[in-house]
Amino acid sequence: MQHDDVIWDIIGNTQFCSFKVKTKSQSFCRNEFNVTGLCNRSSCPLANSQYATVREDKGQCFLYMKVIERAAFPAKTWEKVKLSKNYEQALEQIDQNLLYWPRFIRHKCKQRFTKITQYLIRMRKLVLKRRRKLVPLSRKVERREKRKEEKALIAAQLDNAIEKELLERLKQGTYGDIYNFPVHAFDRALEQQEDEEEEEEEEEEEEEDVGQREYVEEELDESDLSDFEDMNKLRTSSDEEEEEEEEDEEDEEEEMEAETEAESKGRGSKGKSPANRSTPTRKKKRAFVEIEYEQETEPASKTRTT
Amino acid sequence: FKSGADQEEVEVKMEKTEAEAAFPPTFSVSEIKNKQRRHLMFMKLKQEKRKQKIQLKKKKKKEREALGDKAPPKEVPKTIENQRVYDETTVDPEDEEVRFDEGTDEFSAYFNGLTNPKVLITTSDRPRGRTVKFCEQLATVIPNAHVYYRRGLALKRIIPQCIARNFTYLMVINEDRKVPNGLVLCHLPDGPTAHFKVSSVRLRKEMKRRGKDPTEHFPEVILNNFSTRLGHSIGRLFAALFPQDPQFVGRQVATFHNQRDFIFFRFHRYIFKNEKKVGIQELGPRFTLKLRSLQKGTFDSKFGEYEWVLKRHEMDACRRKFQL
Repeated sequence: MQHDDVIWDIIGNTQFCSFKVKTKSQSFCRNEFNVTGLCNRSSCPLANSQYATVREDKGQCFLYMKVIERAAFPAKTWEKVKLSKNYEQALEQIDQNLLYWPRFIRHKCKQRFTKITQYLIRMRKLVLKRRRKLVPLSRKVERREKRKEEKALIAAQLDNAIEKELLERLKQGTYGDIYNFPVHAFDRALEQQEDEEEEEEEEEEEEEDVGQREYVEEELDESDLSDFEDMNKLRTSSDEEEEEEEEDEEDEEEEMEAETEAESKGRGSKGKSPANRSTPTRKKKRAFVEIEYEQETEPASKTRTT
Repeated sequence: FKSGADQEEVEVKMEKTEAEAAFPPTFSVSEIKNKQRRHLMFMKLKQEKRKQKIQLKKKKKKEREALGDKAPPKEVPKTIENQRVYDETTVDPEDEEVRFDEGTDEFSAYFNGLTNPKVLITTSDRPRGRTVKFCEQLATVIPNAHVYYRRGLALKRIIPQCIARNFTYLMVINEDRKVPNGLVLCHLPDGPTAHFKVSSVRLRKEMKRRGKDPTEHFPEVILNNFSTRLGHSIGRLFAALFPQDPQFVGRQVATFHNQRDFIFFRFHRYIFKNEKKVGIQELGPRFTLKLRSLQKGTFDSKFGEYEWVLKRHEMDACRRKFQL
């Protein structure tokens, strides 16, 4: 005999049921054959010997029925009936199969069937719509790419590349007549300046040959070094600009990856400034020496004291 | 005391090892079991190597100075760009086939001056603040660009509408965690679709020493280092974004620079100080792109025909091989 009440006494209230899920307000039944999903005396498939459910499998709905006559055969307890795809016909099928069954189970079966059909329709609609695809990122790959990007950015030397490209476009004349940097005038001006410097040098040499014996004392050099340095700064800055421009031309021909422009400029200026200092100081000495000859009392006094 | 003792032992060991090194070297630093001593030995080895390197350099420098003009040309250090594996698909500017292809591909209409670019910029669903700002700034950089909100529309339905309204480009900026991270660039009539990964986006207010906002003038375009066939087609893709006749009055230039398969985008304003010097000032957003896939037709993720897809392990195999 099936003792439904006894079973319910045990699993429902007092002792343990493995399908039961208790929450604060309600308890649910996880049994797959449960019609409503709640843990009730009338919804429990274990505690009711006459029971029916509707379940779906791959889009197909089935009506499952359990009767007390088959209680002794666990493998054959559930009778499976395929329901039609037509909603109304399926409802009629449920009604026919569950004729003379308690109202509660009939009603709940139909409710469950309605819900199932609704969610199947929704699934079919969603498949047609566009879906968001989540693509997993690999952390290792992302880290590596980030590093590679940084290195590539350094290697790219973007500012230099852009400037170079723009200057080339200017040279090739894509800008037409917008910019007034006539190449020839600039070169001529440069040449003129160089000619003037050469002329100055020649004049000063002639003057020296004409008259003067130089008494170049060491003290003179030391005491006037500070003045010389100031003059040097003024002079060498202009010299350096001209030299930098010449270096620019050379550098554009060389490969830029080996040295940065700053380094080459730095080396160039360092290398050349000591050499520079000698020539302007000589010039300055010549110009200065003339003035010094006016103040001849100074060396005389020094010789007297020593 | 302990360190002193250790040092004595180390010195003793040094003498021993020096003696041993005089014979055919049978010992290596890694065979010492004691970590401290092993470390010390390794540091000494490194110092020795460094000294030798410096001496070698000095010697070379002396030789170079001694020879003066006759010195051999300075050795160029190896860089990844120098050592790049030669790619068969490198484009030769005079190649007949390339020229023919370019004459008849999807961009020929643009390059022949028939169409004017018109760009539609949109995002993925529900864009966040950064992405929206990025879209707006892109719209100022690219002339004739319009930003529209997505609002859950399907791309496949947008595309025919765009074509009907004479858009030439569709740009979709994908967003992830409030930051733009992907770009789909689709040339409209039936052009190729390129999918990029976007990284290091800097908006205008984050840029240091930037200039004023870009004006409405058409910028010039610089495309650097697109050497292979694939690179060439991507380069044309970018070039067709901008109108054919740049307005030099505006003095603005947009640069796409390819380096080791990363495409850096910059937007500058330039001024020529004299014949040899130009000053550039960065306006505008900057970002880097990395090509993920190139598809033949318009955007179709399921049935599209892919011309090129980034395979993840390709770069790992050879560091000096690049695709663009």
